[in-house]
Amino acid sequence: MTERLDQIFVWLEQWLVSFLPGSWRPMACIVLSVVAIICLFPALFALTTVFERKGLARIQNRIGPNRVGWLGILQPVADGIKSLTKEDIVPLSADAAVHFLAPVLLVVAVFMGFAVLPMGRNMVLVDMDAGLLFFFAIGASTELSVFMAGWSSRNKYSLLGAMRAVAQMISYEVPLLMSSVAVVMITGSLSLTKIVAAQNQYTWGLPHWYIFTPWGAAGFLMYAIAATAETNRSPFDLPEGESELVAGYHTEYSGFKFALFFLGEYLAMFSISGLGTTLFLGGWSAPLQALNWVPSWIWFFSKLMLSIFVFIWLRGTLPRLRQDQLMNFAWKFVLPLTLVNLLVAAAWRFFGDGWERWVVCSAVVLLAYVGMGWSGMRRGHFGPRSYRYAE
Amino acid sequence: MNPLTGFLLVAALLFSIGLAGALTRRNAILVLIGIELMLNAANLNLIAFWRYGPHPEALTGMMFAIFSIAVAAAEAAVGLGLVIHLHRHAHTTDLDAMNRMRG
Amino acid sequence: MSFAFYLIAALTLLGGLAAVLLKNTVHCALALTVAFAGQALLFLDLDAQFAGFAQILVYIGAVAILVVFAILLTKGSETPKGSVYSRHALAGLVIAAGVFVMLGWAVIWSVRVVPRGPAGTPAVTVLDIGIALMSRYVLPLEIVALLLTAAMIGAVIIAMHEKERAK
Repeated sequence: MTERLDQIFVWLEQWLVSFLPGSWRPMACIVLSVVAIICLFPALFALTTVFERKGLARIQNRIGPNRVGWLGILQPVADGIKSLTKEDIVPLSADAAVHFLAPVLLVVAVFMGFAVLPMGRNMVLVDMDAGLLFFFAIGASTELSVFMAGWSSRNKYSLLGAMRAVAQMISYEVPLLMSSVAVVMITGSLSLTKIVAAQNQYTWGLPHWYIFTPWGAAGFLMYAIAATAETNRSPFDLPEGESELVAGYHTEYSGFKFALFFLGEYLAMFSISGLGTTLFLGGWSAPLQALNWVPSWIWFFSKLMLSIFVFIWLRGTLPRLRQDQLMNFAWKFVLPLTLVNLLVAAAWRFFGDGWERWVVCSAVVLLAYVGMGWSGMRRGHFGPRSYRYAE
Repeated sequence: MNPLTGFLLVAALLFSIGLAGALTRRNAILVLIGIELMLNAANLNLIAFWRYGPHPEALTGMMFAIFSIAVAAAEAAVGLGLVIHLHRHAHTTDLDAMNRMRG
Repeated sequence: MSFAFYLIAALTLLGGLAAVLLKNTVHCALALTVAFAGQALLFLDLDAQFAGFAQILVYIGAVAILVVFAILLTKGSETPKGSVYSRHALAGLVIAAGVFVMLGWAVIWSVRVVPRGPAGTPAVTVLDIGIALMSRYVLPLEIVALLLTAAMIGAVIIAMHEKERAK
């Protein structure tokens, strides 16, 4: 019975497709899965906007939207109607074609990233041999759309915001990739389904998730930092900080195009969290072997929403980083730590099973972190601020 | 016309378009854009011959193309660095204006 | 010669043409990105998945952004005064046309000599590429790593602001 519930969507899809003639079935299967993704994730986006506004409000000791529907749960409907009915203003000197294509390119690229995420047992749209590479390749295309948006607006603030955003995204792309390479090294495959299958094993009831290993914990932390910076979320949201740059690269966008940018940003957050859960948190596998009766897709989406909650929590808690602080952090701290993490993951594999590898790997990771932090503080790259007062 | 000929003709056309761009435009960056198109055409040739050649499992063509992509990226970086430096010195990227050895 | 091939080839060639013909330099860079994307799709059509995704990651994710940054740093986004084509544009065009004629003639005439390759899809996994990179092609791999390091350091030094010389 639990297996029926686990595979319910797969079974539903097979049943719906069986109405069609044989030659149409593979194409219909894919189209149905694509439609499911296109309907599900924007709905999740709507839910997350309420979640975020209420969550931020509670952190900031206020209530948040509570007028529309019970506890404000219908707020996204009101927001959607507002966005879709606002006038679409395009500046006279703006580059019309590029101005139109930028949000389209962003949303298309982000939706394509969902194609390789395994959302449950046997529930991946395309089981690619080089799935992780596909995901990162598509993610790299979003930077170009950010630049297109900023440049085509012919607005100094937009261009400045776009340049900062692109510089930030490029800088944090390298730690993002390097922390994932450690996972690939240990699993021996770029295929996301194989990575989840490798973590779906249990010893004494506890899972083999990579976050429970020294290199995996460090890798997950760096992946989370790089993911927050890639999606321009606080504390790395200088390019779109309202108090700094009006609205950064989407200043000149209104109405539906702004809604598309908003959608693209949240969907990018979902897909990068989905990848993080697949790589480090075991994807759709249950935390304890005893809990295997809960359907796999419930585990995947719970972990996804947990990551989103942590994103919202970070936004409400941490102050924004300055551009030079953020770039220094990426190149001089996170990147060397990811390289050390690679060495530690290799040592983990080299030691073989036993307790020695836990001690050695944890010691090296902690030593590297403490060492880099200490040397960075001493040289004042990211130490306490010094103040100069006007005399 | 077999598929290999189709791919080779597309590569030849892309190469000539890149060459035309590199030879006819004034802006130094557009010359580099033309060079990138030429490198892409060569990569397409490599992969087409790998696919329709006698031994695709030897991976020779694919490896060559991957190394070519890496080297092209390095060359683009250095070339664009040179263009930026030149602009800082001559305040222009117009290649027709840079026709004297003396700065 | 499927319909998909014709469509993707047309996209790539149109992108390339736009990249060399347009007046606005940033538009040229964006058209170049379209050409890169078309090229990646052609690689995927040729069953070279790794090369296709590497093309997107390296060319669209890095080289295109580099070109765009260089255009902005050299004030290339302003509309140029006078013609965008050099004085000797006609000679260049003739040379390019000549090269295409020569290459096309060579390709079409040699079709009788080139043997038809295996019809099926070559089963190439990323594992095979990894093994090849670490066994047969390890020397080129290390040399390319050195080359990339040298190029990166060199590009940074060349494009860096020079320090004012002490008087």
